[in-house]
Amino acid sequence: MIPLSYYLTVGAILFGISMAGIFINRKNIIILLMCIELMLLAVNINFIAFSHYMGDIAGQVFVFFILTVAAAEAAIGLAILVVLFRNKRTINVDDLDTLKG
Amino acid sequence: MEQIYNYSLIIVLAPLIGAIIAGLFGGSIGRKGAHSVTIVGVAIAFILSAIVFKGVVIDKVGTLNQTVYTWLVSEGIRFEVGFLIDELTAMMMVVVTFVSLMVHLYTIGYMSHDEENWPAGSKAGSNSYQRFFSYISLFTFSMLMLVMANNFMQLFFGWEAVGLVSYLLIGFWSVRESAVYANLKAFLVNRVGDFGFLLGIAAVLMTFNSLDYADVFGAATLHKDATISIFPGSEWSLMTVIGILLFIGAMGKSAQVPLHVWLPDSMEGPTPISALIHAATMVTAGIFMVARMSPLYELSETALSFILVIGAITALFMGFLGLIQHDIKRVVAYSTLSQLGYMTVALGASAYAAGVFHLMTHAFFKALLFLGAGSVIIAMHHKQDMREMGGLRKYMPITWITSLIGSLALIGTPFFAGFYSKDSIIMAVGASSNPAAGFAYAAVVAGVFITALYSFRMYFMVFHGEERMDHHTKEHLHETPWVVTVPLVLLAIPSVVIGAIYVMDMPFGDFFGSAIYVAAEHDVLAEVGKGVHGWFGMALHGFMTLPFWLAAGGVFTAWMLHRKGLDIAVVMQQRLGFIYKILDNKYWADEVYANIFAAGGRGIGSGLWKVGDVALIDGVMVNGSARVVGMLSGLIRQVQNGLLYRYAFAMVFGLLLLFGLFLFR
Amino acid sequence: MFADLPLLSLLIWVPVIGGLLVLLTGSRSSGLEARVLSLLVALLTFVLSIPLYTGFDTASHAMQFINFADAPVVWIEAFNINYHLGVDGISMPLILLTTFTTVLVVIAGWEVIKYKPAQYMAAFLIMEGLMIGVFASLDAMLFYVFWEAMLIPMFIVIGVWGGDNRVYATIKFFLYTFLGSVFMLVALIYLYFQSGSFSILDMHMQPLGLTAQIWIFLAFLIAFAVKVPMWPVHTWLPDAHVQAPTGGSVILAAIMLKLGAYGFLRFSLPIVPDASHTLDWLMIGLSLIAVAYIGFVALVQQDMKKLIAYSSISHMGFVTLGFFIAWTIAEANNGSMVGAAMGMEGGAVQMISHGFVSGAMFLCVGVMYDRMHSRQIADYGGVVHVMPKFTGFMVLFAMANAGLPGTAGFVGEFMVILSAFKANFWIAFVAATTLILGAGYTLWMVKRVLFGEITNDSVAALEDINKREFLVLATLAVMVLFFGLYPAPLLEVMDATVRHLIEHIAVSKLPASAFAGAM
Repeated sequence: MIPLSYYLTVGAILFGISMAGIFINRKNIIILLMCIELMLLAVNINFIAFSHYMGDIAGQVFVFFILTVAAAEAAIGLAILVVLFRNKRTINVDDLDTLKG
Repeated sequence: MEQIYNYSLIIVLAPLIGAIIAGLFGGSIGRKGAHSVTIVGVAIAFILSAIVFKGVVIDKVGTLNQTVYTWLVSEGIRFEVGFLIDELTAMMMVVVTFVSLMVHLYTIGYMSHDEENWPAGSKAGSNSYQRFFSYISLFTFSMLMLVMANNFMQLFFGWEAVGLVSYLLIGFWSVRESAVYANLKAFLVNRVGDFGFLLGIAAVLMTFNSLDYADVFGAATLHKDATISIFPGSEWSLMTVIGILLFIGAMGKSAQVPLHVWLPDSMEGPTPISALIHAATMVTAGIFMVARMSPLYELSETALSFILVIGAITALFMGFLGLIQHDIKRVVAYSTLSQLGYMTVALGASAYAAGVFHLMTHAFFKALLFLGAGSVIIAMHHKQDMREMGGLRKYMPITWITSLIGSLALIGTPFFAGFYSKDSIIMAVGASSNPAAGFAYAAVVAGVFITALYSFRMYFMVFHGEERMDHHTKEHLHETPWVVTVPLVLLAIPSVVIGAIYVMDMPFGDFFGSAIYVAAEHDVLAEVGKGVHGWFGMALHGFMTLPFWLAAGGVFTAWMLHRKGLDIAVVMQQRLGFIYKILDNKYWADEVYANIFAAGGRGIGSGLWKVGDVALIDGVMVNGSARVVGMLSGLIRQVQNGLLYRYAFAMVFGLLLLFGLFLFR
Repeated sequence: MFADLPLLSLLIWVPVIGGLLVLLTGSRSSGLEARVLSLLVALLTFVLSIPLYTGFDTASHAMQFINFADAPVVWIEAFNINYHLGVDGISMPLILLTTFTTVLVVIAGWEVIKYKPAQYMAAFLIMEGLMIGVFASLDAMLFYVFWEAMLIPMFIVIGVWGGDNRVYATIKFFLYTFLGSVFMLVALIYLYFQSGSFSILDMHMQPLGLTAQIWIFLAFLIAFAVKVPMWPVHTWLPDAHVQAPTGGSVILAAIMLKLGAYGFLRFSLPIVPDASHTLDWLMIGLSLIAVAYIGFVALVQQDMKKLIAYSSISHMGFVTLGFFIAWTIAEANNGSMVGAAMGMEGGAVQMISHGFVSGAMFLCVGVMYDRMHSRQIADYGGVVHVMPKFTGFMVLFAMANAGLPGTAGFVGEFMVILSAFKANFWIAFVAATTLILGAGYTLWMVKRVLFGEITNDSVAALEDINKREFLVLATLAVMVLFFGLYPAPLLEVMDATVRHLIEHIAVSKLPASAFAGAM
């Protein structure tokens, strides 16, 4: 049987990759969205691993919730992105600084 | 008594109603309507004043002291509007309404071509004639309110109301820059006086808890020794403080040095009001007021000395200025200042009755002189420079004779009205034991010479000698119409006889009864009166006194100079350049006020505004705090750069930091 | 017939609801219906306010016309906040002044306001209701809500219909006054925790230690001093006045400034008398600075509205001076407060008379501004030749502004100076300088604007006032003269209340133990 720590390591690596993607990526906002999805997946893996390890089904139920929300989120995010692109003609992250104070 | 009260109401209201009708409906009732309604109003007031005078003074029915209505009540102190009609008031009422009536009549002639004084198309000029009548009627109302008051509040109301009308009338030709300058100056200088006056009233209220004359005068002696601490550590006699504060008001209104500067400038107004307001009535309000307050002034030797000194300075030094004026009205104006000084001197010497007596005779002969000057001005097509006149007696016989009478009365020729009043003042001052009386006596005696000199300089320059006017004016020279000459004649009569009639009653008799109170030890008039034996005897004796010879000397000097074709002003300019310079600059009083007080006030104003309001409060405090907030937020906003990955990094980093703190604490 | 109506409630809500109705007419029409409706509402409110005077019991100092006197209307039960209204001799005349002035403002803005007239009129009507609410509130929280709500319509009036620099002026006005009122809120909440009630009358009876009193006093002072305004928190007023439309200036000068002074009478003096006593030197000092300092500043103003705004500050100095002179009088007269009521009444009279006079002055400037679109004194000269009727009115109001006896402007100043002399010669001396300064700045302006030769072609083309303007100015002229010649009715209304207030503040509120130490 594969120990729990392997799963957690995979989750942590996925999380790290997605975080690095968010920080380092300066070009494309779609990558940003993908990274967020990836981060959620990392969390999901942790949930499932713990759920199995603890024998508690609730964790897996949560994963379904998260998957649903993530899907909705991605849909909305992409919609916003399309509108943003229409207005700004760019999806370059460095150019999107309208929140600047 | 009831009847006198009713008459009093009508006396006050008739001119007011006339003024309102002429002022508000002047356009629709026309010129004729306006002067009719105001003249009828003032005539009613005059006739009823005469009846009241007969009742109060001749029939001695007693003093009326009645409230008309309560202005307000505060803390049980009643501020009322009411009438006090005693001998002093009755005399003032007759003088005011008579001179006012004469001036109303005269104005019909003087202002008949007033539209010429306004720019074409000026809407203010279209009914200026009506407005003028409205103003002088309003003035009559205000002056009557002043003299008929039975309390300080109403006195102050009348006091300021006459100031208002004076303001409106000096600036009547509001298109002239000099006129609107003069009226502002007059109002402000008067306000300086009123400033003292109001504080005086406040002191009276504090002391007596009432502003009613009867209450105040009745209780005056109780507070004889009261003191007030104005500067910490020094106690001043309360009566002195009240007396001087009230007198500061009189200094403004009666144009005493150093608040005299407004009166010569007030000649910018039309001549009828110079006669009515700035010679006969309003400027004497201060004299009237001090006489009315005699029960208070009698309690303070210091205040009386102060009055005496101020009056003496005014009497002498304002007379000097009359010597070098070329404007006919200004000569009369300085003469008025000087004569007001005489009256003030009389008050200071406790010879209130003599001061008021001079007030009355002066009202007649000075109004006469002013109206005479106005008549000359009409004939000269509104030129006022005496150097362009001369020889007018041929053309204007009535004006000539009446002006001569006025001048003789002014210099104190025996048998004329001015002689009796002026001589009683001089005698009273001579007999006074006040510490300042010696100085005052010298000043008033020397003043007699000066008065004669400038009066007859003017007389000779205008009516005798070479005809210096231009050809055009000369062709049109003729006597003025009857509306102008009749008032001259009517004023000339009292200028001759009124002195002889009242001299034994007024200064030396018991004319004023209880209206004027003189402490026994101050009663110089009673002392002097012992040596006076009837009006005829006094006049005969007058020929042997110093003042008469001084006056004669003055006339003689004026005549000598005139015969040689010399003008005193020119002579002085050549021989006594330094003194001329002082006089020509009027002792630099105007400059001092304009450059120190007026400019200083504006300087303080802009300093406080620019430094205090704009720089400190708005600049440092208000906008400064806004700037500080702006600067701080400018620093903090650097964090807010709008880049998502930075925010995410900050979040994660912050989270890690918190974890770290949590774990390794 | 009026006795049974809840008059004060009606006075508050009739104009507010009327204002909302006016808003409903919208900007579709030419605005005529909005104007007529506003005038009707304003007139109705004015008529409704008259029974306050006719039915007023002048002998009583107690609150009158209390709404639903037997059972208070609960507003927020948890904090004991009630919808509690009533008037006494001080607030009643101010309510009448409000309803009267609003009618004039509506007429004065009749055809002058071209841009969104319905909204303009509605703002004034709503503001009227809220201001009456301030005067009529007997519950501190209710007072506070009205006090703050009133800022909104004024903010809009200046911000929308104002001059070129209106944004700066509105922000300044709003921040200044809002900053002040926050402190008042803190003080009110503290008082609530002490007395367990937001009723102002309960707060009057609440004993307090001296330290607490001083803090409360200072909090109130900031709120009210900004509104009055007192030096040095006055600089919003000239800016607001200059930028406000004529109607806004009139309401601002005639009524809003009075709210601050009213606050001193309703809150500071009766709630914290000992602190008022301790700090009266500060109040007297600031009042005298207002009279003299601001008088000098007014002298050099080049903008007519600014000049009148400064003169308002100077005149309001008399109000605060009259209110806080009582203890100085007592000190000078061995503890007797006789004469203090005259000062306080003088201050209260000054509030009313200044409402008429300054309102009239601002209307006069408005009349000229409507024609010339300039407020600069230098742009005028010789107006008398083209506008003689207008000149007549303006000279009258200028004289009233200079405190000429026989006009309303004189009465209050006279009483305050008389009273101040009782306290101290020098206080009266500085106060009386207004006689010279007031005449100086007002008449100098009159001279430069009205008299002299016509200076330029645009002055030459001026038209004299029309019937509408004549009506407004004549009404004010009548009031100014009436209260100058016969102020007794006003004093009669105030007398009992003011005397009661003097009696109230003469008694220390300190707890007995602290009493000895504090004195």
